[in-house]
Amino acid sequence: MLNSSLKQLAAALAAKKVSSVELTTLFLDRIEKYNPSLNAFITVDRDKALAAARAADGKVGAGGTARSPLHGIPLAHKDIFCAQGWRTTCGSKMLANFVAPYDANVVGKINAAGMVMVGKCNMDEFAMGSSNETSFFGPVKNPWDTARVPGGSSGGSAAAVAARLVPAATGTDTGGSIRQPAALCGLTGLKPTYGVVSRYGMIAFASSLDQGGPMAKSAEDCALLLNAMAGFDARDSTSLERPAEDYTRELDKPLTGFRIGLPKEFFGAGMDDGVRAAVDAALAEYRQLGATTVEVSLPNSSLSVPAYYVIAPAEASSNLARFDGVRYGHRAAEYTDLIEMYEKSRAEGFGAEVKRRILIGTYVLSHGYYDAYYLKAQQVRRLIAADFAAAFTQCDVILGPTTPSVAFKFGEKSADPVQMYLSDIYTIAVNLAGLPGMSIPCGFDQNLPVGLQIVGPWFAEARMLGVAHRYQQATDWHTRLPAGLEAAR
Amino acid sequence: MSLTLDDVHRIAHLARLEISAAEAEQTRGQLNAILAFVDELQAAATTGVTPMAHAVDVVQRLREDVVTEPDRRDAFQAIAPETEAGLYLVPKVIE
Repeated sequence: MLNSSLKQLAAALAAKKVSSVELTTLFLDRIEKYNPSLNAFITVDRDKALAAARAADGKVGAGGTARSPLHGIPLAHKDIFCAQGWRTTCGSKMLANFVAPYDANVVGKINAAGMVMVGKCNMDEFAMGSSNETSFFGPVKNPWDTARVPGGSSGGSAAAVAARLVPAATGTDTGGSIRQPAALCGLTGLKPTYGVVSRYGMIAFASSLDQGGPMAKSAEDCALLLNAMAGFDARDSTSLERPAEDYTRELDKPLTGFRIGLPKEFFGAGMDDGVRAAVDAALAEYRQLGATTVEVSLPNSSLSVPAYYVIAPAEASSNLARFDGVRYGHRAAEYTDLIEMYEKSRAEGFGAEVKRRILIGTYVLSHGYYDAYYLKAQQVRRLIAADFAAAFTQCDVILGPTTPSVAFKFGEKSADPVQMYLSDIYTIAVNLAGLPGMSIPCGFDQNLPVGLQIVGPWFAEARMLGVAHRYQQATDWHTRLPAGLEAAR
Repeated sequence: MSLTLDDVHRIAHLARLEISAAEAEQTRGQLNAILAFVDELQAAATTGVTPMAHAVDVVQRLREDVVTEPDRRDAFQAIAPETEAGLYLVPKVIE
């Protein structure tokens, strides 16, 4: 059961070979056993999870209504999604005691699909980080090597699925926060086109970039989850009004004649040799499967990280202004006036990286610097999006590495913010352009997973999932397990 | 462009973040390193390029001006640091 696909779990549940209560108990027991060493969860609620599982079992055989293909399957949410009655911390002291009074759209949709929420996954504070080291609740350990980071910011979700503590999890991706931890933990993760998944109830970091998506063991699992997560939501002002899609529809489409674009900028210096070897081998596999490769260029991609570190902090400084110690969240114990109450509450509630980004954002938006930084970054953003549009006239998808290296050690980059920012060098441009991006496992370097990034044109999720699925039918990288978790076999 | 200590204190105040002298000194170095890094943007040729605020061009939707949400004041105030008689309490603002 631990390594079963969502489709297999659904079939076992439908055939009553297992109940949702039994399945949920299996994973809860595993969380109890392994989470103390991995720290992948901030909150686990056995009672709530089992109550949901009992409800899911009760609906079986009640007859009449069609079961969702995910009915009764356990799942964990990144702790950035508000879930009514659940503590929702966003990895911050600021929200350490915040019990959400409503459900995020994603949480409501997943609940409606009959899935069983077992807990909330650890994450970098307010999703700001690439290593999970900024969480107020302590770093998450990578199940492949507990001396190494799981990536971030959705590192808890990634570690939880990689260690088979849950069959699947949700994540969010502002600059690579689904794809980078998926790569570092050997998972399949998908960041949809901006606007496909509602941001309602997803605690905001950088609103023009934030997008929720699935993290799971395979492309097929991600497709089923995206079917449940995607859709128009009037409560998100940038949610897109589009007809519903079946994201599984191209899973089995052959790759004959398919054109894969390889951006020369993603294959230059900066990528570790072991990562390059794994990505090259994956490209050879794709040629075997009938695809052709063509070199493309994204000439402004080197400017994506600098542009991101103006735009994302600018939006963050505005979004995080809401944490004022008045309506919810941390309030300082002592203060003499309103301003001091704000300043002390925020200084105590936010960690170092969040404060750095608020300060950068405040500066670039301040009088006299707006044009030089913010406007300039938005112009560069347009150039980056135009590069992708031009590249997609020559190819159907773009492939390349997800990250320049495999999982790094704790402390290796945390002293130097700029070095940490550069670990997202291949993923950030995709957010700036609003494109869908995926990471799938494509091999190992130093016994650690390597991620292959798949980028598609706007709204090409079904196509990308097919590209990933064909590869996963021909290879078994996505089925490999961390050595310490042999019991999962 | 390099930030001075005074700049750091001014920005921290604008951001409503209390900052100690020692923190300001350490933060100054980190902020300057980040700003030096993002200064790479200045080399980009962007004359005549329309700034891109959002990934997908959408227009703000309009709706009828009618009540659509239920009154959930009690639920929302249950999580507030300090309330009284349906009001949020803060230090005295007007003498």
